[in-house]
Amino acid sequence: MTGLLYSDVESELRSELRAMLRDHCDPAARIERDDAVDVDLWRRLARDMGLAGLLVPEHLGGAGAGPREAAVVCEELGRAVAPVPFLGCAVVAGTALLSCGEPDLVAGLAAGERPVALAVPFATPPAHAWSPTVTVAGDRLTGSVRAVADATIADVLLVPAGRGLFAVDNSGVRREQCTSLDETRRLCDLSFEGAPGRLLAEGADAEAAVRSAVLAGAALLASEQVGVAEWCLDTTVEHVRGRYQFGRPIGSFQAVKHRLADVWVAVTQARAVARYAASALATQSEVDLAAALAQAHCSPVAVEAAEACVQLHGGIGMTWEHRAHLYLKRARSAAVAYGPADVHRARLAELVDLPPAL
Amino acid sequence: MSPTPMTPADVRTSVAAFLASHPPEDRTGFLRARFDAGLAWLHYPVGLGGLGASRALQPVADEAFAGTPDNEPRRIAVGLGMAAPTLLKHGTAEQRQRYLRPLWTGEEVWCQLFSEPGAGSDLAGLACAARKDRDDWVITGQKVWTSQAHYARWGILLARTDPDVPKHQGLTFFICDMRAPGVTVRPLRQLTGEAEFNEVFLDEVRLEDTLRLGEVGEGWSVARTTLMNERVSIGGDALPREGGAIGALARMWREQPELRRAGLHDAVLRAWVRAEAVRLTGLRLRQQLAAGEPGPEGSAVKLAFAGLLQEITSLELELGSTLRHDDWRVDRGPQPEFPSRTPTHRYLRARGSSIEGGTSEILRTIIGERVLGLPAEPRSDLAVAWRELPR
Ligand SMILES: Cc1cc2nc3c(=O)[nH]c(=O)nc-3n(C[C@H](O)[C@H](O)[C@H](O)COP(=O)(O)OP(=O)(O)OC[C@H]3O[C@@H](n4cnc5c(N)ncnc54)[C@H](O)[C@@H]3O)c2cc1C
Repeated sequence: MTGLLYSDVESELRSELRAMLRDHCDPAARIERDDAVDVDLWRRLARDMGLAGLLVPEHLGGAGAGPREAAVVCEELGRAVAPVPFLGCAVVAGTALLSCGEPDLVAGLAAGERPVALAVPFATPPAHAWSPTVTVAGDRLTGSVRAVADATIADVLLVPAGRGLFAVDNSGVRREQCTSLDETRRLCDLSFEGAPGRLLAEGADAEAAVRSAVLAGAALLASEQVGVAEWCLDTTVEHVRGRYQFGRPIGSFQAVKHRLADVWVAVTQARAVARYAASALATQSEVDLAAALAQAHCSPVAVEAAEACVQLHGGIGMTWEHRAHLYLKRARSAAVAYGPADVHRARLAELVDLPPAL
Repeated sequence: MSPTPMTPADVRTSVAAFLASHPPEDRTGFLRARFDAGLAWLHYPVGLGGLGASRALQPVADEAFAGTPDNEPRRIAVGLGMAAPTLLKHGTAEQRQRYLRPLWTGEEVWCQLFSEPGAGSDLAGLACAARKDRDDWVITGQKVWTSQAHYARWGILLARTDPDVPKHQGLTFFICDMRAPGVTVRPLRQLTGEAEFNEVFLDEVRLEDTLRLGEVGEGWSVARTTLMNERVSIGGDALPREGGAIGALARMWREQPELRRAGLHDAVLRAWVRAEAVRLTGLRLRQQLAAGEPGPEGSAVKLAFAGLLQEITSLELELGSTLRHDDWRVDRGPQPEFPSRTPTHRYLRARGSSIEGGTSEILRTIIGERVLGLPAEPRSDLAVAWRELPR
């Protein structure tokens, strides 16, 4: 049986992380700044709590936990729209490195010393993960990759180029931060101008490493979306309980109640689907299907919850001052990340043999 | 009022004659003359910028005036859509004479001082107090979400003159002099990054009695005129096919074939069909209105428009796999034209369309109760003095 519940260990991890985020995470303070990542917070999470190496086996310097624990972390980071590169660094780049067998880079990443990012566009769906836009001559890389997530503070970039996956440190790399829809996860454009790279994997191995990395990202992003949706739901319920119009709490109006009930039902389902994806990743069974299902389902749920949050807050929900907009932007941006829902549905069509009309 | 109804040909002839004798050199002079010739809003009375003609003729006039200086309708949207019809219906002869012309020419911008921190959907529950002091009124309170207040000359203001009667009965409608001492306007930033709206503090603002619109205690019925018109004015523009937000989506699909995905084709077509249905409904409503004034049916146009705009702008983000935004910096100018911004801006701004001018939830209740005649929800807030209401 696939465990869709949370273990005690996972629940403990959640409480600890939630407390940490409550005390140290202020996403609104980070937006519109050049240093979009909260490096102090990331140091606490990555080093002190060991989250950077959560997926890394103990003998390689990590915590030896698995995707299920990582999913809980994603939920909490989504709940806090935390401006830290856990998904890109610990999940996506970490998965790629582990499949390449790179003990030094893995150890640096796990210790929270050397952040790593995979240089693929954030919108890349798993099925198209291997589409290098960078070329190689000797050990020199040239070309560009646009709209990459979690790369702004990376010391090492994992770059698909030619037929290989290369490790590139900062020389010969230009990064330009993009004005992003989601300013709590700022994207950047990378260009390589004859940057020296070290070959990590080649041919089918390189492709497999990149594909499994993006797949892990897609599968666990679903948990982040659950966290986003859950914050939106909780915050809105709280608001409509206390806000009076027409001499009564607005939550007493059926239109409001029904919309929130629908969001609750959607979040419940999203949680089950996201847990399934995390379990599939942990047991390496049906991962393609579970990831496609999770993204096809959870993306719209996070958006639905965030839109309801803005709507049911009324005017205050339309302001920059209220946090709702950070969640709306995160939900909308996450809905595109690792491929939009319709692309995942199309992928499912292949996987479960429901071909399109002729 | 003209005895025989005007035809589109009459309108074109009048505009041509006007243009022949009024070279559009100086913008204000040109607009004033257009107003004086009755070619501003054709359905308004003679002498107040109109010819007492049918509303349906306005697009004919606007088309004939295309390319001449206009009154920047977006900049003065509150004046045109809300203040003007309210002044027309409830203003005294002096008030109409004084305010309508500079309102229409754009020389004087108007804002709407209705919503308060404690009163949005329940507008009639507002707290801003108006106290009579000899011949004047003294206004104290706070307004919020006030679009365009930062460059407005006048505001339409709803205030409470009697807290001891049920809430709808104790309201009076005023014209607020935005330059009067005690008026403070502070910008409020929106989730788009811009500060399109404001909070407005009214601290012992003294208004002459000539700035009262309608009778004391009749503010609610005056405000209903404003609200009905607001709902028609949002989404009620006469647009050609693909003239609204659907145009951007349709162009994206046509001109960027690399973005097309089988999974979105039907969604785009559905949006197109819905857009056309909303557009034709608006057109039909305008024909029905002729010279009359909008009823609760107008709420349907605004409700449908909000839903449509949100659907289209969401689809634009999906189709474009959009992750970038153009600019978050605060812009204090008049509302920028939608098409010049990234889809992210259109999407975010569109979230407000189901909140401003009556939320979609409230509009559905209005349609249920006032159009369909369904029984109202039991209300506990109607028979009680405003002062006693829980809040
Ligand atoms: C972009 C923008 C521009 C605006 N410009 C102006 C302006 O220029 N001048 C001005 O005066 N105001 C303006 N407003 C304010 C607008 O009219 C109010 O925001 C709106 O009426 C809702 O009020 P509220 O914000 O207090 O939300 P609330 O009334 O608190 O509503 C919160 C939520 O509860 C729901 N709700 C409330 N009552 C009920 C009910 N009985 N049944 C079902 N659901 C209910 C609402 O639909 C909403 O989803 C603007 C608002 C926006 C977003």
